[in-house]
Amino acid sequence: MEEDEAAREAEMRERHDAYWRENVRLLITLMSIWFLCSFGAGILFRDYLDRFMIGGYPLGFWFAQQGSIYVFIGLIFFYVWKMRRIERKYDLDD
Amino acid sequence: MATQTLIYLFVGLSFALYIGIALWSRAGSTSEFYVAGGGVNPVVNGMATAADWMSAASFISMAGLIAFLGYDGSVYLMGWTGGYVMLALLLAPYLRKFGQFTVPDFIGTRYYSKAARVVAVICLIFISFTYIAGQMRGVGIVFSRFLDVQITLGIVIGMGIVFIYAVLGGMKGITYTQVAQYCVLIFAYMVPAFFISFLITGNPVPQFGLGSQVNDGSGLYVLQKLDLVLQDLGFAAYTDGSKSMIDVFCITLALMVGTAGLPHVIVRFFTVPKASDARKSAGWALVFIALLYTTAPAVGAFARLNFVETVDGTPYAEAPEWFTNWERNDLIAFQDKNADGVMQLSSGSAFAGAPEYTGRTGASGERTVSNAPDPASANEVYVDQDIMVLANPEIAQLPGWVIALVAAGGLAAALSTAAGLLLVISSSVSHDLLKSTFRPNISEKGELLAARLAATAAIVVAGYLGIYPPGWVAQVVAFAFGLAAASLFPAIFLGIFSKRMNKEGAIAGMVCGLVFTFGYIAYFKLADPAANIEANWLFGISPEGIGVVGMVINFVVAAAVAKLTAAPPAEVRKLVDSIRVPRGAGEARGH
Repeated sequence: MEEDEAAREAEMRERHDAYWRENVRLLITLMSIWFLCSFGAGILFRDYLDRFMIGGYPLGFWFAQQGSIYVFIGLIFFYVWKMRRIERKYDLDD
Repeated sequence: MATQTLIYLFVGLSFALYIGIALWSRAGSTSEFYVAGGGVNPVVNGMATAADWMSAASFISMAGLIAFLGYDGSVYLMGWTGGYVMLALLLAPYLRKFGQFTVPDFIGTRYYSKAARVVAVICLIFISFTYIAGQMRGVGIVFSRFLDVQITLGIVIGMGIVFIYAVLGGMKGITYTQVAQYCVLIFAYMVPAFFISFLITGNPVPQFGLGSQVNDGSGLYVLQKLDLVLQDLGFAAYTDGSKSMIDVFCITLALMVGTAGLPHVIVRFFTVPKASDARKSAGWALVFIALLYTTAPAVGAFARLNFVETVDGTPYAEAPEWFTNWERNDLIAFQDKNADGVMQLSSGSAFAGAPEYTGRTGASGERTVSNAPDPASANEVYVDQDIMVLANPEIAQLPGWVIALVAAGGLAAALSTAAGLLLVISSSVSHDLLKSTFRPNISEKGELLAARLAATAAIVVAGYLGIYPPGWVAQVVAFAFGLAAASLFPAIFLGIFSKRMNKEGAIAGMVCGLVFTFGYIAYFKLADPAANIEANWLFGISPEGIGVVGMVINFVVAAAVAKLTAAPPAEVRKLVDSIRVPRGAGEARGH
């Protein structure tokens, strides 16, 4: 009996840890995109990107005042969707 | 109907709506007062968050700031939206899973320490009060310009309205009023933007209009034309900035992290039913915010173009009506340096500081000012950036009902944010200081009464700060973000993502981050404003962006101190384990 309990607890801890590792990996990916489209495209590489135009917008300027905001929204909803799947996979959804 | 009548009508109707909602959704328990019972639909909560977040600064000031800063204005656009990614990914779901009422609740429990809780309360109260004074000033501006009442009376009316729904309704009343306020403010912002975008470019969608060609047959794009017009007058090109790259970088980051650390924003995610709803809710909040934030740069650019084209080279005697209206309200001044009666715009400021009107009129009928003219600049017109959004419909000669709508929208933006801030102040007093620290035996009824009394006191203080704004408030209001970035955000983040972080590390980190940031800002903004130039800044980072350095100091000190002191107790590690998984988030609960 007690061994069962211990085994179940170990299995549970393993599941939690695997879930957390996968979450952190996803966070690192998404936060990198977050950084690249705002600080990268909108600030650090703006001068280079401004050589290209998107309509009447210089591209770097567009990222700084429009594009980064659209990417932010996309990132959050992707995370919502992906986390639902990860949580189901590990049977940890709420 | 006359514009003035329409303004009274629109503002009156919107106020009646807010009060009606407040009476319908009174709070009966502390859980309803603090977190609306934890049962708010995520999309509804997203909308309320957007109203809570978009303050008088977003509605009234931001487009004007961008209009005058050009590319540099991007720091506000990215800074005040990017923080929601951090909230949704790094903080909100875990804090919701934790499931209590306030931000100091989390810090106090996670760091098993009353001292940590009290430090968090101090950060929170300081951040919230600097922020709220700005809201009351926004209410005052709208009242005095559009409703023709004294600023003082305007603020008292605003206080009365907030009192009714914040004190009666608590978080529950505020949430549903904020939904109504969001609808009012976004409608009020979009309608004139559609009109103006259509007038200038022929494309009614401002997000596309800003990237389109100007309607005047020149074949130039809006931004090209703006660059040309401004460079002709000696200004920098609109699409070029004048801030250094490191400063733009740091200000943007400080605003993002600060947003994620602002207590009145975080607490909104305590009101949804589940941890996964907190993520969804942050996404919706950003959608509702982005609607205004992607429109603002278009409004700013159009306003700048309209303003330059209408004012530059126009004789004062032929100045449009809005110009003299705002001049009467002390927000515009014309100093005829070359005594030709014609208004000339140019780079640089007409004179130093805010206008000091002499009470006499000059040769062309303008209100003269006693400020010494700036000899280095040919600019003759002083304009307060705050008027751009409010004056925009008038500059573009839009109909009276649009102007009335903008007045109601400005008030909605200011009141919704003020209410959210009042709530976190009152709950930190009644819940964190009384119930959790000094009077643990207080009854539920007593706590609810204390919360209402604290909200009342906070309204009175906020109103006082609005009526008699001490000089420092205007100077530091933008720094609420720097302080939040340097104090609360790292403590919360480490509390979730590091099991090893202990109370010694967290407290030392918060105190060092806060003291450093506060000291830097106070030195350059209050003690020695003359020294506030790039050459004197640490690494070339302005006081607006210094919160980033404060945050780094916080992280480094916290990590070092935690390494040298004992690991947190087992039950705290267990707590961290449990907030990391979404399953099992119940209703937000007390202790």
